Amino acid sequence: MSLSEKYKDDIVDILSRYPVKRSALIPLLYLAQRDRGYVTEEAMIEIAGLLGLTPPQVYETVTFYTMFNLKPVGKFHIQVCKSLMCALVGSDTVIDWIKAKLGIGPGETTPDGLFTLSLVECLASCGTGPMMQINEDYYEQLTEEKLDRILADLTSTGSSQLKSGPFMWPEPLKT
Amino acid sequence: MPQHELILLKNMMQPGYGGSLAEYERTGGYHALRATLGKIPPADVTAAVRKSGLRGRGGAGFPTGVKWGFLPKDYQGPRYLCCNADESEPGTFKDRQLMERDPHQILEGIVLACYAIGAESAYIYIRGELVLAAKILERAIGEARAAGYIGKNILGTGVNVDVWVHRGAGAYICGEETALLESLEGKRGLPRVKPPFPATHGLYGKPTVVNNVETLANLPHILNRGAEWFASIGSPPKSTGTRVFCVSGHVKRPGNYEVPMGVTVRELIYEHAGGMRSDKPIKAFIPGGASAPFLTPAHLDVKLDFESVAAAGSMLGSGGVTVMEEGTSMVWAALRLMEFFYHESCGKCSPCREGSSWLVQIMRRIVAKRGRMEDLETLSDLCKNIAGRTVCAFGDAEVAPIQGTLKYWRDEYVALIREAEAANLIMPEPAGVKP
Repeated sequence: MSLSEKYKDDIVDILSRYPVKRSALIPLLYLAQRDRGYVTEEAMIEIAGLLGLTPPQVYETVTFYTMFNLKPVGKFHIQVCKSLMCALVGSDTVIDWIKAKLGIGPGETTPDGLFTLSLVECLASCGTGPMMQINEDYYEQLTEEKLDRILADLTSTGSSQLKSGPFMWPEPLKT
Repeated sequence: MPQHELILLKNMMQPGYGGSLAEYERTGGYHALRATLGKIPPADVTAAVRKSGLRGRGGAGFPTGVKWGFLPKDYQGPRYLCCNADESEPGTFKDRQLMERDPHQILEGIVLACYAIGAESAYIYIRGELVLAAKILERAIGEARAAGYIGKNILGTGVNVDVWVHRGAGAYICGEETALLESLEGKRGLPRVKPPFPATHGLYGKPTVVNNVETLANLPHILNRGAEWFASIGSPPKSTGTRVFCVSGHVKRPGNYEVPMGVTVRELIYEHAGGMRSDKPIKAFIPGGASAPFLTPAHLDVKLDFESVAAAGSMLGSGGVTVMEEGTSMVWAALRLMEFFYHESCGKCSPCREGSSWLVQIMRRIVAKRGRMEDLETLSDLCKNIAGRTVCAFGDAEVAPIQGTLKYWRDEYVALIREAEAANLIMPEPAGVKP
């Protein structure tokens, strides 16, 4: 099914937000990625049609932004921050743990299609590093024990209670 | 520990505060909006913000009221406000907390700014990774719209302001205001050549103001308590108000601390952030995010305000303070940041695109103990030929880590290269290529 059949109301809502259609490009690419886990060529061609753009105009934009996957990724996309602030508090060790536990390197996916590992730059969580993002959720102040639980939770139930809620650090002191 | 009055973090520091509309209203929220819209002329709002001395909290520190004043007075047609929530500067994590814990404080600021500049549409450009913050903002916008604080004819005053959340998709450069506008228009986020400035030719070529999250969050407080009150906080006359400093690295209690501008680095690190995490002393710190050159323990008594940090040879930037303990390799630290800038260079200007790649290669070589002494000259030379030679400030930012560390820790570079020389591990010169 095409995006416009499947997400008719979403697309109308997105287009209504902007006086110029092309502004809807990134939101529509997110829609396509939510649908299939990555942005397919058919989706890019369809979005180009919806916005009155040429397919190359869509392609030149999608390739600029690192959050769009142009090929399938695992069910859980692990993105570990490797920037200096996290590296100072041990992100390289976290990366080694994940490599050893899952048997994959950066850019690789486990054979069961569950986990893909990526190394990324700063995710605005420097006071609570080392940290990683898995799909839409942040996991912060990682330890090996915490990492084990997160991976086990995701494998068994598809979600983990250890994800971050609304961010505040340090937390207010209890009186 | 010295106690300072909290302004921006006050609500969220109350145990149990959840940031809903009802909770925000109970703390006096939207009072400034009620007292301002339709009651104080927009020009007077701008004048008050100018008088308060409020400067942009995103990094550049441009006076907010002056920025608003650049919009053409007689222009008929749409104007836009963009809230810059693309918090991506390594070391910075304050806007995330402001958005996720007290979203209405920002929305009230956005409506006040729109009223002052005559904009009826505002877009919150939020970095794509902050999915939770985007959801919280969407929910808050829904609440504010239902209560009549956002939308058509706000509280019967005839003022219209609509607000939308627009997610970016993982590009540091989109925090640069003209790249943000390009991205919001659905294009690659390449910074524009200025002039013309966004004030006259911004989003869709229309007059536009781009303000940071923390900047906008200050507005309700300035209008509630007066420009004089705000101007008396911090280091007047040039650095007024508080800053939410983000402390990271080798300290006991990393995190966000709101203090008046002008407190010393020493107070921030040793009083608020609890000092160093182990018995190792401090070796270096970055005062304002990855784009700010490194400073040394000799600078611990520098005041954290725009002028003092600039006089010390660095910049206050985004307020991200990263602390490094004795034993941290400064060449490695500079390489880590250089890898960030190499990854994030948008590719528009040759000095930055090619230069960042070249810098990273040399830095990797030195850290891997394969460097040669001429590399130091090449590094300095490259830095000089990137800074100031690009369309946006990214070029100046990307050379900061190397220039800063070369200035204070050149001996560490030399030691690594000497090791390479001693072990005869120097990379051979490529045949027929002159550096």
